[in-house]
Amino acid sequence: MFRGLSQKVYDLTGINVYLCHQCGICSGSCPLVKSMDIPPNMVVRMVQMDMNEVLNSKTIWICASCFNCTVRCPRNIDPARIINALRIIKQREGVYAVDLRKIEKLEELPQIALIAASRKLTG
Amino acid sequence: MQLNIHSGENMDEKPRIGVYVCHCGGNISNIIDVERVREFAAKQKDVVIARDNEHVCSDAGQKMIQEDIKKYGLNRIVIAACSPKFHEPTFMNLLAESGLNPYMLEMVNIREQDSWVHSDDPQEATLKAMDQVAAAIAKVRLNKPLEEKEVKIGNRVLVIGGGIAGIQAALDLADSGCKVIMVEKKPTIGGRMAQLSYTFPTDDCSLCIISPKMAAVANHPNITLLTYSEVEEVEGHVGNFKVRIKVKPRYIDMDKCVACGLCAEKCPVKVPDEFNYGLRMRKAIYIPHEMAVPLKYLIDEEHCLYLNKGICRVCERICPQKAINFEDKVKIIETTVDAIIVATGYDTFNAETIKQYGYGRYANVIIAPQLERLVMPTGPTNGRVIRLSDGRIAKRIAFIQCVGSRDEQIGRPGCSRVCCMYAIKQAMILKRQDITRDVYIFYIDIRAYGKGFEEYYMRAQELGVKFVRGKVGEIIEDPVTKNVIVKAEDTLTGKWLEMEFDLVVLSVGLIPSKDTEKIAKMLKLNIGPDGFLLEAHPKYRPVDTLREGIFICGCAQGPKDIADTVAQASAAAGRTLRLLSQGRIKIEPIKVFVNEDLCNGCEICLEKCPLGAIGMENGKARINEAICNGCGSCISYCPRNAIDLRHYEEEQIIEEVKELLKSKSEDEIRIIAFFDDSCTYRAADLAGNSRINYTSKVRIVRIPSSSRLTPRIILSAFKFGADGVFIGDCLPGGSPYHPKVLDVINDIVRKSRRELRRYRIDARRLKFDMIAVDTAERLAKDLDDLASTAERLGPVSKSKRDKIKI
Repeated sequence: MFRGLSQKVYDLTGINVYLCHQCGICSGSCPLVKSMDIPPNMVVRMVQMDMNEVLNSKTIWICASCFNCTVRCPRNIDPARIINALRIIKQREGVYAVDLRKIEKLEELPQIALIAASRKLTG
Repeated sequence: MQLNIHSGENMDEKPRIGVYVCHCGGNISNIIDVERVREFAAKQKDVVIARDNEHVCSDAGQKMIQEDIKKYGLNRIVIAACSPKFHEPTFMNLLAESGLNPYMLEMVNIREQDSWVHSDDPQEATLKAMDQVAAAIAKVRLNKPLEEKEVKIGNRVLVIGGGIAGIQAALDLADSGCKVIMVEKKPTIGGRMAQLSYTFPTDDCSLCIISPKMAAVANHPNITLLTYSEVEEVEGHVGNFKVRIKVKPRYIDMDKCVACGLCAEKCPVKVPDEFNYGLRMRKAIYIPHEMAVPLKYLIDEEHCLYLNKGICRVCERICPQKAINFEDKVKIIETTVDAIIVATGYDTFNAETIKQYGYGRYANVIIAPQLERLVMPTGPTNGRVIRLSDGRIAKRIAFIQCVGSRDEQIGRPGCSRVCCMYAIKQAMILKRQDITRDVYIFYIDIRAYGKGFEEYYMRAQELGVKFVRGKVGEIIEDPVTKNVIVKAEDTLTGKWLEMEFDLVVLSVGLIPSKDTEKIAKMLKLNIGPDGFLLEAHPKYRPVDTLREGIFICGCAQGPKDIADTVAQASAAAGRTLRLLSQGRIKIEPIKVFVNEDLCNGCEICLEKCPLGAIGMENGKARINEAICNGCGSCISYCPRNAIDLRHYEEEQIIEEVKELLKSKSEDEIRIIAFFDDSCTYRAADLAGNSRINYTSKVRIVRIPSSSRLTPRIILSAFKFGADGVFIGDCLPGGSPYHPKVLDVINDIVRKSRRELRRYRIDARRLKFDMIAVDTAERLAKDLDDLASTAERLGPVSKSKRDKIKI
């Protein structure tokens, strides 16, 4: 249906980002917006315009998935999930902060800790 | 009401049919061999005379038919000419004038559906015309005389709701000489408009412009005003609605009370005043406001000490007029009216549901209707806009738009249409009171679509009202100062804002009034997905409902401003007058009927009727013919085949289909197309007018609505030789019938496809599409596609056909 980044997000989440009418309530509700380089509503906007630069933003790694935006979005499009999709896209590019091969006793570490570290340190 | 159907002698009479084939000045005869069609018609059973004529619709042509009716004793007429949309009324009149029942006529559309669309193949066109004529002869043979019943209609109108919509409609009607009964639930008329401060975009004082109208209602000799009353029950139909109205006790003799106010002065009970949204207190004996109509006191049953605890009676002692009457009881008024206008208005959205804005918890978060009262010089604060926490004048004020509108989270995706403009109005009032005030409006989009609205918006910008494009995320209260802190994103700069205000105003949206559902149920009206009352057609019948004689206007139909409300109320009055001025109304005889021998009283049809026109009597379904509009939705659900539609009876349609397929040879394919009369049939006429050629394999059957079909009709088409069946009906909103007919049609299609599979017939041979009047090309393509599908699949074999049981 779409092309580029919006289609990738659609494939991962089933969300049609073009339903966003840019009211900005996500950014107004975000507890971490002050630390972000791009406010969440603009992240959605950049996905609408297929701007791949958004993948290099700090915002997508700062988002704590508190889902404040999701419960208030008047168009029901779940901005937190869109941001999560962007993180996944970035990770699938193979950019990992943690090189798993260099970790000793890999099998003894809890899997969730590995995933958390890799997410936290990427980007 | 029972329609008068002659089923006796007329039916036993042997059919004597006259067939007339028109040349249409070459429009038909240049393509179709009219002479051959006429000869073919003459040979058909029961045909007494068959003629062709240059212009059958001309005076000479009509005279010819009239003379033939007399000379040959014709009792049924078939006319093969243009679309019935042109001359069907002409010929029906002709039959009536000649002493025949007008429903003993069949029109064969050999111009729009034949010569104009098959100009590339005159041979096929002629054969198709012959099939069509044969089908019409078969149909007319089975036609039954129907009588258009007339009912007398008077000039009494019930207006439910005494807001500006009801007032405007009532005054228009009363000025035209109608007798109006206005029923208002509250103790005064004037509705929401009386509570407003000023009106956009002209800034006139709202109460000043509505109070003369309120007075006019009270003084009009043609209006009976019943305030503090509710309509309890409505039965019957247009021209004879039986209405039951409950008048609640005021405990005051309305004739004696002069509104001196002594009683209220002495009354010891104070309660929040609903007219001022609780911003002021009133007594248990009160008038709603100073300009109330009627200006009479009443006692609040819920709070009066005497009525609840049996003590006090101060008002009774003090009243110099002796107007207090504690013995007052509920009165019931029963009357009949000819038409009803519903103008029950709106409620505002309950902002407490949106927790993050803190309305109801934070003192300095208010809703816009409260601000309307605060800015009024006669209001609870004499026009001073204060912080409710400490009564200090508010200097920094923010408006938050779209509270309860445009929000999927709370199930109200629509726009309320008035909030942008009323917020701008209020912002300007605040700025004019004190230009140094900081006034912010947090919005998503400013919708200034009306006449003079954009200019109004500009004036607010001139005055220094600051517009911030961003929906507020949340509001928190400073526990010490009680200031309210608004958190939002300015989406135009991408900057995050955290701003402190004295007062935050929530621009709450409009929702259907509390009683809308009750009223809809009582009057058997439909409710749209937004919860407001549904009009008969969104464009052409905006104030009609699907129930004849009941009209809607104002915010009961959907959010709108005062100007639109007044326009719609006058429209409703106009539509009502159009109905009443005829003195008598015809009731179209094409309705469903119940075969009582077959009906076993299962009541399935009761819930399937979208209009609620079916009831039970002596264990059998009974159709209320004043409500039924003949969509036929009930027919296909009847497990015993006990319901049918007059003039389009199942047997009549099957007979027609049989004749359309009779000439088909085994290796040929043939499509039967059922066209609804309102959209698809007209689209086919347009295809003819635009000379869009489509497959000549198609044979068209005209029906009022495709919801009238049954799987049995569709199966019989296949049994008698069809290799494909097309069903066309309106898009949602395009049909004169209820939107639910589409669900019915989908059910019929599904059931028919299941049956087809059972007989090992490819289900792709049955196609349904929604056709708008103007989409002739799409219709032509649909028919061509189906023909090529049927061609590819080949004719349905004879052995399969023979297995079909109908």
